[in-house]
Amino acid sequence: MTAIDIATATTPTVPARTIRRRGLVRQLIDSKKALTGLILLALFALLALLAPVLAPGDPSLINSTGSQAPSAAHWLGTTAKGQDVLALTLWGARSSLFVGFTVGLVATGVAIVVGLAAAYFGRIMDDALTLVTNIFLLLPGLPLLIILAAFLPPGTSTVILVLVVTGWAGSARVLRAQAKSIRGKDFVAAAVVTGERPLRIMFREILPNMASVVMTTLLGCVIFGIGAQAGLEFLGLGDSSVVSWGTNLYWASNDGALMTGTWWAFVPSGLCIALVAFALALVNYAVDEITNPRLRNRRARRERRG
Amino acid sequence: MRLILRNLGFYLLAFWASITLNFVLPRFMPGDPVSRMFAQAQGTMQPDQIAQLRKLFGLDNRPLWEQYVSYVKSVFTGDLGISITRFPTPVTDVIGSQIGWTLLLGGVALVVAAVLGNLLGIVAAWRRGGVLDSAFPPLLIFVGSFPYFWLAMGALYLFGVSLNWFPLRHAYDVGLTPGFNGEFLSNVGTHLVLPALTIVLVSIGGWMLGMRNTMIATAAEDYITMAEAKGLSPSRIMFRYAARNALLPSVTNFGMALGFVVGGALLTEVVFAYPGIGYQLLMAVQGLDYPLMQGIFLTITAAVLIANFLVDLVYVRLDPRVRVR
Repeated sequence: MTAIDIATATTPTVPARTIRRRGLVRQLIDSKKALTGLILLALFALLALLAPVLAPGDPSLINSTGSQAPSAAHWLGTTAKGQDVLALTLWGARSSLFVGFTVGLVATGVAIVVGLAAAYFGRIMDDALTLVTNIFLLLPGLPLLIILAAFLPPGTSTVILVLVVTGWAGSARVLRAQAKSIRGKDFVAAAVVTGERPLRIMFREILPNMASVVMTTLLGCVIFGIGAQAGLEFLGLGDSSVVSWGTNLYWASNDGALMTGTWWAFVPSGLCIALVAFALALVNYAVDEITNPRLRNRRARRERRG
Repeated sequence: MRLILRNLGFYLLAFWASITLNFVLPRFMPGDPVSRMFAQAQGTMQPDQIAQLRKLFGLDNRPLWEQYVSYVKSVFTGDLGISITRFPTPVTDVIGSQIGWTLLLGGVALVVAAVLGNLLGIVAAWRRGGVLDSAFPPLLIFVGSFPYFWLAMGALYLFGVSLNWFPLRHAYDVGLTPGFNGEFLSNVGTHLVLPALTIVLVSIGGWMLGMRNTMIATAAEDYITMAEAKGLSPSRIMFRYAARNALLPSVTNFGMALGFVVGGALLTEVVFAYPGIGYQLLMAVQGLDYPLMQGIFLTITAAVLIANFLVDLVYVRLDPRVRVR
């Protein structure tokens, strides 16, 4: 922490920052954890994009007899209804990844604005924003969406909207805490005294110093988006006509896949959710190690020794 | 003391906001819940019930502010209306009879996960690069990546259906009379193992990593070096010096998790048909039992508020810096 603060305090110029950022990307690729995560993510993105090529036609079409074990004709078997599980899984990636990343990006954006404003302006602004944040924190996502789903027409946009509404507050709290500690540093005080505009101080002085927290927050929000969406759809509260990993699990459970032992209807979608979340967590873990100088130094020293 | 009062006022304000949200939701959402419920009930609904529902959803002719005042008043007097699916049981009775199971399941899982996770985190951070530090985190992250309900169903299939080690559903065997005797308690215990285990498995990684990372940051502080220089015993430095300070974020997390115990075990409860309020919420949605839905929602938000307030109290004791704010 301190190392970065001092660097920015003495040379708050753009070139210094660019060098640091380029370093982060290179270090991410150097890190085995991050590389594994990034490759996994790229693979899933590719599968989602290529779904119409790899499994053409409507994936929910019934084109076989039900509950077939994996075979040459159906690599991942068929559902109880007779749909191809592989096609359902491939197409499911599209909706699941889209909703997950949309929720992650929008929720992080909201959290950054709220967290920075609360930390920078302090006093009444902080109190008001913290109040709003806490109110949203106590609207527990799943129960709230269940309530909303009971009133609203089910659909992808409803799911995204409510997940953003319920997902930003935790991140805003974390970002506010981090921004607050940076707000108290000398270089911010110096910027205030020299008459920098608040927006500039917030986004050019404070925000770059919390890059790792923002990154962690973003990855966390995407994981939240993918997981929460799957949970809702599993409960039958999403749009069950959309093919996604969550609805695949909903139908598998509805058709009693577990009790009849047709594990192939059930395992692929759950495994995909887990692998994507795992990949994101790996990148997250690597970002932590790289951007926290203490973790990095210790790690580098060990590698040199070994 | 002034800080505590300030916080209390703040939480009351937040509670008022959540009541208001509960009031606003059914009134400003598209669609008419009463006619939807009437259509589903297919004639089994009593006329006075319909009148009561219309009153509840603001479809009577009183002005909005009057409805609002009486709504807030009824919430604070503990009147959350009558459950539709369990007519004529009051919503508070339905929640009261089931919240205990949720608290038991969520509480046991939370305490086990938090204690084990934090201990693992402390040890992992203290022995950087050891087996625990290098093998556990990736493994736990991977396990934690699975959706709650998916792991729960897997555990149910493996240990319940296939191996037949644990019961499949409910909190205790049908036909057993609840009471504080060995037979009943052990029966409740065996029903608790699978649902609690799945929650612990999924959440323990978060606790461990959070603790590990703050511990690493704390261990590099000057006062730790100072303590080492003074020749204090490693375990004393580890727990009394480093862990005590590194524990602060964990306390916050614990409090927030405590609040979500009430609503957080929802999916697990659904998979295991565990008779908590999460399971009840889904039942209420499927039965279009709007008063029960809202009552459960309000209970969950209240739980979150109370837990946060308690954490604030603990925090003031643990971190003297807060008092100076």
